[in-house]
Amino acid sequence: MPMKRVMKGNEAAAWAAKLAKPKVIAAFPITPSTLVPEKISEFVANGELDAEFIKVESEHSAISACVGASAAGVRAFTATASQGLALMHEILFIAAGMRLPIVMAIGNRALSAPINIWNDWQDMISERDTGWIQFYAENNQEALDLILIAFKVAEDERVLLPAMTGFDAFILTHTVEPVEIPDQELVDEFLGEYKPKHAYLDPKRPITQGTLGFPAHYMEARYKVWEAMENAREVIKEAFEEFEKKFGRKYQMVEEYKTDDAEIIMITMGSLAGTLKEFIDKKREEGVKVGAAKITVYRPFPIEEIRALAKKAKVLAILEKDVSFGLGGAVFADVSRSLINEKEKPIVLDFIIGLGGRDVTFEQLEEALSISEKAMKEGVEEDVYWIGLRKEIL
Amino acid sequence: MEIPENVKKRLSLPFEEHFYAGHTACQGCGAALGLRYVLKAYGKKAIFAIPACCSTIIAGPWPYSAFGAPLFHTAFETTGAVISGIEAALKAKGYKVKGKDGIMVVGWAGDGGTADIGLQALSGFLERGHDALYIMYDNEAYMNTGIQRSSSTPYGAWTTNTPGGKKHFLERRHKKKVIDIVIAHKIPYAATASIAFPEDFMRKLRKAQEIPGPSFIQLFAPCPTGWRAPTDKTIELARLAVQTAYFPLFEYENGKYKINMPSPKKEPKPIEEFLKLQGRFKYMTKEDIEILQEWVLREWKELKKKAEVFG
Repeated sequence: MPMKRVMKGNEAAAWAAKLAKPKVIAAFPITPSTLVPEKISEFVANGELDAEFIKVESEHSAISACVGASAAGVRAFTATASQGLALMHEILFIAAGMRLPIVMAIGNRALSAPINIWNDWQDMISERDTGWIQFYAENNQEALDLILIAFKVAEDERVLLPAMTGFDAFILTHTVEPVEIPDQELVDEFLGEYKPKHAYLDPKRPITQGTLGFPAHYMEARYKVWEAMENAREVIKEAFEEFEKKFGRKYQMVEEYKTDDAEIIMITMGSLAGTLKEFIDKKREEGVKVGAAKITVYRPFPIEEIRALAKKAKVLAILEKDVSFGLGGAVFADVSRSLINEKEKPIVLDFIIGLGGRDVTFEQLEEALSISEKAMKEGVEEDVYWIGLRKEIL
Repeated sequence: MEIPENVKKRLSLPFEEHFYAGHTACQGCGAALGLRYVLKAYGKKAIFAIPACCSTIIAGPWPYSAFGAPLFHTAFETTGAVISGIEAALKAKGYKVKGKDGIMVVGWAGDGGTADIGLQALSGFLERGHDALYIMYDNEAYMNTGIQRSSSTPYGAWTTNTPGGKKHFLERRHKKKVIDIVIAHKIPYAATASIAFPEDFMRKLRKAQEIPGPSFIQLFAPCPTGWRAPTDKTIELARLAVQTAYFPLFEYENGKYKINMPSPKKEPKPIEEFLKLQGRFKYMTKEDIEILQEWVLREWKELKKKAEVFG
């Protein structure tokens, strides 16, 4: 029987890793993710998880050691956040290009400067072009589930790409919630053992991996990564279905909430979706035709799902905890790209919100909603709206 | 030519080649010779990790490979970390790593990739005690990018970013003693070796295999291209580096130093004999040569003292 326990998001991630039975874990401490490897090292120390735990000297080496381990043909796992993920940046491309299905848990945290340990999504958003699959969890249960699903998808032969699952710093990493721990037996059935067939380092079968690719070959290798990421769309949906059958929890690329007759749909990711749903309930009671949508899978970006969603509403309001300086929100850009060639499309609004752990309040959501309502009637005034900005201290 | 079995047995190096013809090293490349010896020593029972360096090119571009053993190309600064990961994975799979019949995990990185950008990952690898071997092939500059100085470049050397001129001199810093940094980790086995003394190198490769824990070998590998030297002088240069005590051969084994000079009783030859064959040193003044000579002899004295006290 599955067991329910009250635990922090970080513990949920560690439990997911334990259930997935990686053979090698390499990790370096960083707030707010430190507890993930800490808890895993306890599992290893107690003999509850049979794995090699490498206590590396940096995140750069954490991911490099995972690359080495995965290249030698075993399931590898790590966890980090913010500066740590940024330090890994270079190697993230290599992991994807070498088609190594490493899985990583991220406690989504802001980037310096100024130094800030609290939540936003700038860390993972900044890695969107590395070839990693990206999941965003709304709560601790999702953090656990989406790490298991990440392994399933990453290791699928049609995909073979690394994957990261993000859950918001402190809001989830350090907050306790009831989490159902799936049965080991069912997880074993769901994931199976990782047995790479494509390429791994073994003296019995000498191969060279990662050779110099001249212009005559490089582009094709990159195209194969593109193709794998495209394949991931279907594989993720299959994994979601299988997960639901086995464990009873439903996941979707984009989860809609009260969107059917909505004029305005507010789109977000991660734990903000929880706040947003409550806000929608309140507005619905007031008779406002507003709905919400949560992007669970950010890479591959759910282009078709966003197109379907766009048909329902007059305004899509993107609420996001990240910014691409000189452009706007990254999710906004992705949503807009999805709709650019549609014949009829709604207004899309760009709201930057809750950076560096600033609480997203109902007042802020009201502000975004009223801007959306105004835009619906009178047109768009601004390219980017910064919500909850303390203008008095600027 | 077929070599009879009884002759093969008398060879001082293994007969089999696992580093194949068709590699793309420059003429007279010391690193290519080094790779040939390492592959001879470990054969197919080794897994290599190579960062971005000359050897990335030497091994051959896709779809070719000159390696008879598995090889993983990695990023410049990651050799120490990647071999740690490979070793951990092999152990997790239940494979025997190191020891007589064990798989040798070998990191093969240049001086820049070791002494500079890869120093942190190297330190982590050494300190954590992984059962693997790290070989730094030392050609004393960033040769693959076109001869830029590294911290392993010696005093007085010309490189493309220590070109000399009216205001700035050639390389002004002495060669970084990476091996001393390695030994400071108190690992079980560290050694210097030279491509001019393959039997000594081979013996050290065997020791690195037998002794558990992390091993490190700093292999002196001349680069005629970057040193502006004739391509048929590679071995001679490597030999002179040892004979002048510029690059003395020694081992550090479980706290003990042992000098392995080919002619232990001979005094070091003057450094000029090593310098004069190379275009990279041709701008040195008499005074510069004295500065370098003094440094060489001081370092040599220090090493002898260590061998005396901790022999």
